[in-house]
Formats: sequence, structure tokens, C-alpha cells
Amino acid sequence: MELVTPEIGLVFWTTVSFLILFFLLAKFAWKPIMKAIDERERSIEDALLKADAAKEEMSRLTNENEALLKQARAERDQILAEARKLKEQIVAEARTTAQTEGARMLELARIEINNQKALALTDVKNQVAALSLEIAEKVLRKEFEDGSKQDALVADLLKEVKLK
Amino acid sequence: MIGSIAALGAGLAVIGAGIGIGQVGGKAMEGISRQPEAAGKIQTAMIIAAALIEGAALFGVVVSFLGLK
Amino acid sequence: MNFSHILNSKKIALSVVLSVFLTFCTCKTFAIQHEEHAAEAAAETEHEEKFEPSEVILEHIADSHFFHVGGHISFPLPVILYTDKGFEVFSSEKFEHGHKAHQGKYYTYALVKDKIKVVDAEGKINEEAKVYDFSITKNVASMWLSIVLLLVIFFSVASAYKKREGKAPKGLQSFIEPLIVFVRDDIARPNIGRRYNSFMPLLLTIFFFIWINNLIGLVPFFPGGSNLTGNIAVTFVLAVITLIVTNINGNKYYWKHIFLPDVPFWLYPIMWPVELVGVISKPFALMIRLFANITAGHIIVLSLISLIFVFKSAYVSLVSVPFVVFMDVLELLVAALQAFIFTLLTALFIGTAVEEHHH
Repeated sequence: MELVTPEIGLVFWTTVSFLILFFLLAKFAWKPIMKAIDERERSIEDALLKADAAKEEMSRLTNENEALLKQARAERDQILAEARKLKEQIVAEARTTAQTEGARMLELARIEINNQKALALTDVKNQVAALSLEIAEKVLRKEFEDGSKQDALVADLLKEVKLK
Repeated sequence: MIGSIAALGAGLAVIGAGIGIGQVGGKAMEGISRQPEAAGKIQTAMIIAAALIEGAALFGVVVSFLGLK
Repeated sequence: MNFSHILNSKKIALSVVLSVFLTFCTCKTFAIQHEEHAAEAAAETEHEEKFEPSEVILEHIADSHFFHVGGHISFPLPVILYTDKGFEVFSSEKFEHGHKAHQGKYYTYALVKDKIKVVDAEGKINEEAKVYDFSITKNVASMWLSIVLLLVIFFSVASAYKKREGKAPKGLQSFIEPLIVFVRDDIARPNIGRRYNSFMPLLLTIFFFIWINNLIGLVPFFPGGSNLTGNIAVTFVLAVITLIVTNINGNKYYWKHIFLPDVPFWLYPIMWPVELVGVISKPFALMIRLFANITAGHIIVLSLISLIFVFKSAYVSLVSVPFVVFMDVLELLVAALQAFIFTLLTALFIGTAVEEHHH
């Protein structure tokens, strides 16, 4: 019975001591400790959130960079392709131009050559004619230096005419 | 004499509480093996239930203390 | 809520080692004390040779006006009495270990079974004179020791928090912080809910007060060894504090549940007493639980030691000492568990009182 009967003295001292302990600890220990723990937790949480955000930002940037790189690469490829096409076009154009020009010049040259040839031929013909005439003149002159011969010729010619 | 009878009473109270806590513990084990992910919650509930049953047994023990001089 | 980390932590290994060490001390000092008793028994002439274990045990778990150090050395403690004629203060030294009555200002006092009684000239107990004992007993002294310890520990931890603001905890701080976080996350927050923050100081104070006093009670030599949390007066005060805090924080739903429950009105006369008994019985169970658990632990350890003296053979110690070691290790667990359960149930009761209604 004695064991389960609270003694007034101990009840009194426990109440007083516990209340003093409670107020001292609440004011000088729990308040700063809880505040510090809460603050630290909040700062850790903040840091984690920030790290997450940074990671996200990083991956976003990386993605962006990659996209940019991809785009740039595609653009470069496109430009290169275009350049190649252009080059081919230019080369082809140049070739056709060169061919037509060559053909034209050949044609011109041929015409010129023909012209020249014709000219040369005419010239030669003329000279041959002139030369023949000269020769003929000279021969004639020689033939008809003496009158007898002229008479003989005339007589021949006349003979021929009579025969007819 | 009264003390001995009180001790007997305390023993009887402890039998009841022992069976009760055994049931709680056994069922908690079953629950944990069925759902290991809920182990923490089951443990807490088990401790609370065991403490409440133990309280009943302790009333018996305290009554047996009353039997002491 | 996962408590397995408590069991898994390295600290448990440390505490086991510590407890084994302490237990050896237990055996030693108890041995000394019992030798003393044996010697006293021998001195009190041979007509009472019988060793009475229940008396010895009850004496050890009861409060005392002396603080035993060991052997024949014990500190006298101040006696403060409030009689119907006024206060009386003197040292318990005057009683000379209860062998002598002391003539005070108003009455003559004597120790009868370590209780102060008013006696008349012939040494007969005068039951008529009212005397209230407000002495600084062994338990009060031990409680003050625990309070000083708590203040030193937590003030130094608090100053560490101020000094090392925002940094990781260190030393004592890193031992205390998980406990505080445990009380907050596993006791207060799930049971009280949204308003847990305003009850944290109370829960932390109760938790650490009970725990450190349980541990001091397990220390068998001088500054420890008191059975403070196994004293019904202390648990009574703690339970009353829980009762008061629960009821002054009860919201309208709590009171509606008690006075206007969802039953037909003619059942109210039955429901009111039932509910009011419920209000009282919950803290009452808290009081009994802590008291009985700690007292039972002390009684078991003392009984095992007493076996040696009952059988009057040192060889019994081969059996009883390992059992005492085992019990002391178990009591270390119980010391923490009871502090946890008291705090948890207090949080639960406060939680039901401040809970918003969901029906």
C-alpha cells in the first residue's frame, strides 16, 4: 500500500523541479535547438532543390546545345550540299558554254578557211589566166615576127574555112 | 497470506497480458511478413497496443502491491 | 515510422558494453550493501538471523532520508517538515540512521520505517499531530542531479547549435540530434498532426527527463541507484501534467465527443461517467505503467541478488550474476522504451484532443 501512495513531499518537489526544468529547457534549449534543426533542414532542402534545378538547367542547356549543334551541323551539310550542287551546275554550265563556243569558233574557222580557200583559188585562177595570156602573147609575138609566117597562117586558116 | 494471494492474482493478470501481447506480436509478425513495406507502421501500432495491454496487466500487479504491508 | 535503425545502430553495442560494465558494479556495490545488512543483522544480536528479501527489496526501492554511498557511509539530507505549528528544518543526521528521535522546535520526531513520525517522550507515535514531510529525500536529490545533468547537456548542445550555425552536428550534438529528430518525426508529428510544434518542448522534456532518470536508477553506485521513475509520486506528477495539457488543449470536437456523443440523448447519463472515466484512466494508466515497469525491473534485479543471501552461498552468484547482467541489459532497453511509450502516449492523447473532426 505504501508503495502505491504518492508522498506529498515528493509530489511537491517533482512538480516544482519539473516545471522549472521544463521552462528552462523550453526557453534556453529546445527553442534554439529546434530552430537550428529546422533551419538546417530547410537549408538542406533548399540546397537539394537548387541542385535539382541546376541539374535540370544543365540538362536543358545540354539539350539546347545539342539541338544547336545538330542544327548547325544540318545547316553546314545543307550549305555544303548547296555548294556542291552550285559547283556542279557552274561546271556543267561552263562545259556547255565552252562546247557551244568551241563549236561556233570551229564553224567560223571553217567558214573562214573555205573563204580563204576560195579566194586563194580565184587568185590562182586569175594568175594562171594572166600567165597563160602572157605566155600566149609572147608565143604569138614570136610566131608573128616575120610576115611569111603570118601569111602562111592566114593562108591555112583560109584553107580551113574553104574546106568547110 | 494476503501477500501470497495477491501474488497469485498478479500471476493471473500476467497470464492474460502475456496471451494478449503474444497475440498482438504474432499478428504484427504476420502483417509484416505479408506487407514488409508497412513494417514501421505496424511496429508502432504494435508497441502502442502492447503498451495498453501491459497497462491492464500492471493494474493487476499494482493491486498485488496493495496486498503488501 | 521505422524503429529498426535504433536496434541496428552502433550505439546499441556501446550501451551493451556499458551495461555489462555497470552490472559488474551493481554486483559489487550490492554485495557491499548486503554485507552491511548482514553485518547489521549480525550486530543486532543473533536472535534475528533470518534474511528477509522482501524487506530488503522494499527498502531499496523506497525513498530514503539518507543517500547511501556504500558501506557505512551515507550522506545525510535536509529534512523539511510542515507541521500544524510551522516549518521545521534540520539535517537527517540527527536521526542517526533512524536509531534516535530528534527533538525539534515543536515536536519530537522519529524515523519509523524511514517515515518521519511525531513521537512523544516515551517514543510512542503520536497520530494526532499533523506533519507533512517536504524533505529533500534521496529521490529529490537524485532528481536534482538529473535536472542538473539535463541542463548541462542541453545547454551545451544549444550553445553548440548557436556556435556552429548551419554546420553539421558534432560530438554530443550529433548524439542528441537524432533523438530530438526522432521525438519530432516519429512521436510528435504522426500523432499530434499539424500543431505538433507547440508541444515539442513538453514532449522532449518528458522524454529526456524520464529516460535519464530511468538510466540513473540503473546506476547502482553512489549518485545513482534511486528509484525515481519507479516512484508513484513522480509518475503521478508526470501523468497529471499530461492530463492537464491534454484537457486545456482540447478543442470543441474533443469536448463534444465527451459531452454530446453521437448516441440517443437518454444514453447521456451513462456516457458521461464512461467518458470522464476514460479521460482520467488514460493518464492513470500512464502513471501506473511507468511506475510498475521501473519498480518491477528493480525488484527483479534485487531479487536475483537476494538469492545469494537467501541461500547463504557465494556459488549462487554463478547463476544469479549472469541473470542480473541479462536483466540490466534488458532494463537499459526498458528505460528507453518506457520513456518512448510515455512520450508517445502523451502525444497520442494530445493528438486526440487537438484533432480536427473528420466524421
